[in-house]
Amino acid sequence: MMASSYNAKEEDGNPSSATVHGGAGTVKNKKPDNTAFKQQRLPAWQPILTAGTVLPAFFVIGLIFIPIGIGLFVTSNNIKEFEACLYSVYSKYSFSSLSTLQIDYTGVDLSSPCFNCSQNYIWNSTTPCTCSVPFSLDQPFESNVFMYYGLSNFYQNHRRYVKSRDDSQLNGDLSSLKNPSKECEPYRTSENKPIAPCGAIANSLFNDTLDLYYIDPNGSRTAIPLVKKGIAWWTDKHVKFRNPAGNNLTVVFQGTSKPVNWRKPVYELDPSDSDNNGFINEDFIVWMRTAALPTFRKLYRIIQKKPNNMSPTLPRGQYILDVTYNYPVRSFEGRKRMILSTISWMGGKNPFLGIAYITVGSVCFFLGIVLLIIHHKYGNRNNNADIPN
Amino acid sequence: MFGQSLTRRLSDIQICAGEENWVDTRTVYIGHKEPPSGSEAYIPQKYPDNRIVSSKYTFWNFVPKNLFEQFRRVANFYFLIIFLVQLIIDTPTSPITSGLPLFFVITVTAIKQGYEDWLRHKADNAINQCPVNVVEGGEVVRKQSRKLRVGDVVLMKEDETFPCDLILLSTSREEGTCFVTTASLDGESTCTGLQDTKAFTTEEDFDTLLASIECEQPQPDLYKFVGRINIYSDRNEPIARPLGSENLLLRGATLKNTQHIYAVAIYTGMETKMALNYQSKSQKRSAITVLIRPHPSSVSPLLSVLYLCILISKALINTVLKYVWQADPDRDEPFYNQKTDTERQRHILIRAFTDFLAFMVLFNYIIPVSMYVTVEMQKFLGSYFIMWDDEMFDEELGERAQVNTSDLNEELGQVEYVFTDKTGTLTENNMEFIECCVDGHVYVPQAICNGQVLPGTEELFFRALCLCHTVQVKEEETVDGIKMGLHQGKSTSFYISSSPDEVALVEGMKRSFFSVSVESRFELLEVLTFDSVRRRMSVIVRSRELYLFCKGADSSIFPRVISGKVAQVKARVEHNAVEGLRTLCVAYRKLSVDQYEETCHLLNSAKLALQDRDKKLSEAYDLIEKDFILLGATAVEDRLQDKAADTIESLHKAGMKVWVLTGDKMETAAATCYASKLFRRSTQILELTTKRTEEQSLHEVLFDLSRTVLRQHGTMTRDTFSGLSTDCVDYGLIIDGATLSAVLKPSQEDSSQGNYKEIFLEICRNCSAVLCCRMAPLQKAQIVKLIKASPEHPITLAIGDGANDVSMILEAHVGIGIMGKEGRQAARNSDYAIPKFKHLKKMLLVHGHYYYIRISELVQYFFYKNVAFIFPQFLYQFFCGFSQQPLYDTAYLTLYNISFTSLPILLFSLIEQHINMDILKKDPSLYRDIAKNSLLRWPIFIYWTFLGVFDAVVFFFGAYFLFYNTTFTSNGQMFGNWTFGTLVFTVLVFTVTLKLALDTHYWTWINHFVIWGSLLFFVIFSLLWGGIIWPFLNYQRMYYVFMQMLSSGPAWLSIILLIVTSLLPDVVKKVVSRALWPTTTERIQVSERAHTHTHANHFLIYI
Repeated sequence: MMASSYNAKEEDGNPSSATVHGGAGTVKNKKPDNTAFKQQRLPAWQPILTAGTVLPAFFVIGLIFIPIGIGLFVTSNNIKEFEACLYSVYSKYSFSSLSTLQIDYTGVDLSSPCFNCSQNYIWNSTTPCTCSVPFSLDQPFESNVFMYYGLSNFYQNHRRYVKSRDDSQLNGDLSSLKNPSKECEPYRTSENKPIAPCGAIANSLFNDTLDLYYIDPNGSRTAIPLVKKGIAWWTDKHVKFRNPAGNNLTVVFQGTSKPVNWRKPVYELDPSDSDNNGFINEDFIVWMRTAALPTFRKLYRIIQKKPNNMSPTLPRGQYILDVTYNYPVRSFEGRKRMILSTISWMGGKNPFLGIAYITVGSVCFFLGIVLLIIHHKYGNRNNNADIPN
Repeated sequence: MFGQSLTRRLSDIQICAGEENWVDTRTVYIGHKEPPSGSEAYIPQKYPDNRIVSSKYTFWNFVPKNLFEQFRRVANFYFLIIFLVQLIIDTPTSPITSGLPLFFVITVTAIKQGYEDWLRHKADNAINQCPVNVVEGGEVVRKQSRKLRVGDVVLMKEDETFPCDLILLSTSREEGTCFVTTASLDGESTCTGLQDTKAFTTEEDFDTLLASIECEQPQPDLYKFVGRINIYSDRNEPIARPLGSENLLLRGATLKNTQHIYAVAIYTGMETKMALNYQSKSQKRSAITVLIRPHPSSVSPLLSVLYLCILISKALINTVLKYVWQADPDRDEPFYNQKTDTERQRHILIRAFTDFLAFMVLFNYIIPVSMYVTVEMQKFLGSYFIMWDDEMFDEELGERAQVNTSDLNEELGQVEYVFTDKTGTLTENNMEFIECCVDGHVYVPQAICNGQVLPGTEELFFRALCLCHTVQVKEEETVDGIKMGLHQGKSTSFYISSSPDEVALVEGMKRSFFSVSVESRFELLEVLTFDSVRRRMSVIVRSRELYLFCKGADSSIFPRVISGKVAQVKARVEHNAVEGLRTLCVAYRKLSVDQYEETCHLLNSAKLALQDRDKKLSEAYDLIEKDFILLGATAVEDRLQDKAADTIESLHKAGMKVWVLTGDKMETAAATCYASKLFRRSTQILELTTKRTEEQSLHEVLFDLSRTVLRQHGTMTRDTFSGLSTDCVDYGLIIDGATLSAVLKPSQEDSSQGNYKEIFLEICRNCSAVLCCRMAPLQKAQIVKLIKASPEHPITLAIGDGANDVSMILEAHVGIGIMGKEGRQAARNSDYAIPKFKHLKKMLLVHGHYYYIRISELVQYFFYKNVAFIFPQFLYQFFCGFSQQPLYDTAYLTLYNISFTSLPILLFSLIEQHINMDILKKDPSLYRDIAKNSLLRWPIFIYWTFLGVFDAVVFFFGAYFLFYNTTFTSNGQMFGNWTFGTLVFTVLVFTVTLKLALDTHYWTWINHFVIWGSLLFFVIFSLLWGGIIWPFLNYQRMYYVFMQMLSSGPAWLSIILLIVTSLLPDVVKKVVSRALWPTTTERIQVSERAHTHTHANHFLIYI
């Protein structure tokens, strides 16, 4: 671009071009083309934003947004999300219209059932520490229930953490399997063997086990079936994450080392189901999608509504959450929660969108009225303004 | 004082051309034959060969030199620094983000420049190898042009282009002249051969010629040449003859109407005036002056500096917060996110510094580097609209507007002072002889036509007019360039002269039977050429006696007159001047033989001087031109240019102050000013002329005037809008050159006089029109400089057509040249050249206005969109442990400014029209709406920045609350940080594009195409980018992120909500301010719309 302007300047100094141009045809050539574009007279729509024109738009926006907002708000309120913290479980208990179940089982309080586990924790202990958190449901969950685990004050979005992975290794690339990316440092090798899967994200895989039992009025415990299929994105599970080629995962992963914090190698994540083992283990995939904010939740299990059955997925009554307490969060003042929630078309419980829509809609409506007044008071003045010609 | 600034100006030019420490003169031996010994000692000088090198690069230095050139530009250099930082330290964004665009820009530019340079090489070779006829040893030899050396005698044929700068020796024409057309420089000119070498007409003759030429070293001024030729004949006593620019043939010019000429090469290759000129011209405006000058685009560097401060402080804040936050080791290094050993061992200061740099890299987009590229493109492409403008095409001249510098487009919309030349600019410069006054008797052309024999004085008068001129008779009609002179019935001859006055006079004489051929009875001995300082010319002729005839401005003749009917002639001259006619006085003097010889001696010694020739000449002239006997005076009319009055009136209405700077008499100039409506009947004229200062002291006059002006100023509250209304008395000032120099003279002895300048400025500022008459060319530049330096630093524009206007054209912010009759010098030195004065109206009111609003929106919008782009990233740092985690994906970071949001604003800045062109022309007062840089003021800038921050907050926290500890998919699955960023980015791209759409007043199909097209492009790109596992990337973080986001209903709803929310305040602000405090522009927009509506209604009714 600079060069061409340079060139344009050159022309009047360059003897060669001077002789080439200049001749009888010059006059004719110099006449500019009379095209609409070159004369800046392209036909154009020339809208002006005046109170009069914008007014209807404001009312329309207001009229559309407020109902949407109300709809969203109502939907959000209908979503059942059970929220209970262990140490305050009894205070929550009294609410009859609980909509969230959120159990903090970190074990900060002495009274909390998981207190001991949270105190004694060491990574490599061979005997897992378990604790049971009892809770009760006042109202039944009618439809599918989604079980989440939540972590607070956990910076999955820290830059050093986010980049500490090797996507080609996770995609089954054999060379990356043996020679993981440098981004994985310091979780790249252990004992001179490459780690699979490498990196900080994989290394810190959430490894608590959560089980849910319904306590029958007669006192017996019924395990609630938890489905672990469909918790990860379909594309992640089937395209982005792939095991290295080979029939036997154990053989394939030979020569690699398990992540230091793991108790078992990657090919033993779910020995019962080969479609859920290795890199394509859904719990693993879910964890590998780094959260946007330091307080986050991740889908853990789905409790499916029994087909052709009118009984609720989770009937009202007493429950017990059995926690295999492996994951330490106390060191960085984190919290662990278990959340039970139903899902509508708009996802989980989130009153924000509804409130925002109602607010913006009302503001638009209000502004519409203000503009209407302005338009009536000043609009005529403008239109009749004398323009000196 | 004038001389001082003149020399400074010249030395500037010379330094540009790289001309220092050279020997002052060069000696050239014609045909390389050394003269007989005993003359001066021969100092051999090395001259370059005649190779022209217009190419910049050679094969070897292309890569380093081109890279160096490119990285001298701010934008590229900034990118390079960022790129290097990214390479060296561990930064959040990969080096590709800045490396790729940099590489792309550099490569494309390099290829383009390389190709252009290759073309230039080819053109150079073609020129350098074209054959030239050289006389060597009495024979004509064909040589390649590049082998031509200084001192070679060259034979040129008709229509050949001169290969280097030559001195004409002899021609095939009898009178020893040749015609030359310099189509690329200025029209046509003649070149005079030398009397003494006229006889050398064959190759053999030149073998016997022994001569040397002494001349100055080459300098870029095309119109200046000083030299001397020494011809050695048998007697060993060299004959010395002066050489001037009339003997010089410039490279690039073409020989016309002459069969052949012989000439000798004196400047070759890169030392030709053309080559020197070309070099110095490209450096006319340096980047630094652009930076310092208070004009619109200098706001953007200023803003950039401010934004750099914001950037650094942002990075600093984040670095400090990071270390405060990390003080807890569990936060710095939680068990799940350990550092490597090397990271741990690094010194804390180094870590802090790297973190600081990393934050800088993360936020670097806040400085819109791409803006500089876009602004450059906008200016370059936008200037084509001036060249393309059909209304600025002149049928008569066959010329259209030219843009020599596109840097100044928007300044055309900011002009506050217009300095215009009179002759040729306001007026046609097409003179017509009206009358003459001899001894107090008035003759009009028809009256003399009867051919009666006229008695003494009259005859002498007409003789004087017929002899005392530089008019040439031109026989053929095959003249390219500009024709000077009227096309008479006998189409075979017309007159050519550098001064249209003379043509008019000679034409007038011819009509009264005094053909120019009278010359034959007189022997023309000397011509004392015209110059604008002396303001007269003389000839010395011999018939029976020796006469000196002199013709010149009355002010330069009357003081030298000793007898004649001075009073009557003076009265007539003044009468004519009031009528707006140009007057010249004619006088004569008889010379005795002794006087003549003395004169000749004086003149010759002056002419042969190589140093200070001009000064010595004028001294000599001064001695000769005295003791005149007044003959009479002539009057010539110069008609006003088409629509000159209308243009001046429009400029006035647009709030510009128009100054006419002319060399003419006060009365003549004032009459023109009235005719051109510069002064109206209601204008109160203030005079600051020598006549007045003779009566009162300058001191008193000045204070008197300032009191008058300020009283007016004090009693009436100045209504900025009604400068044109009749109830407000407006002032016009007339000042002449002598008084001006007295006002500007810095006087040491009296301190109270020191502030004359300020008083003068104060007076001028309150006058809507100022006429400066009797100006020397450099005084014109001085005035411009004075106004430029006044406290408000107004933008000045100078417009002129002649060589005497060049200094002011160069001095003013915007210089406009008129492609006039006095050559192309003004047009060549100007920033813009237009065919006629009337085109100035459209140039300023339409083009200037458009360019200004376009560039101001461009600058503001760029800062806005980058604030909106980067601020969410800044906010995100508070939620990711100040870890420099980028919010957006690398591709988004890279392409945001390059492709997603670049084209709409570029297009907007090229074709936006907030008001119809015709209304802008019809209503010049709209120009006041944008005066004084009103669209690039701090409040507006702060508003845009605020808007950017507001939008950023809306985007970020909208997404934040949507993501906060919940899910928004219908299958319960969770989104990660990249979805978060993509959501923000999607809203961002839509918002900034729609914001521009809201600002667009002129929706052509191109706008629709580009705006909706770029949004569509973003969507398609995102789908593609996330749709494939890209094999060359080492991460797949974006895989299906965009699609997954779009599969969620709440994401759609929140995108719509956030876009509406971010656009809301701007729409409300626009509507409310339009309704409550409308600007003139806005009022006109509305009324125009109502107008078209009614038109449409009428139309419907008729149907």
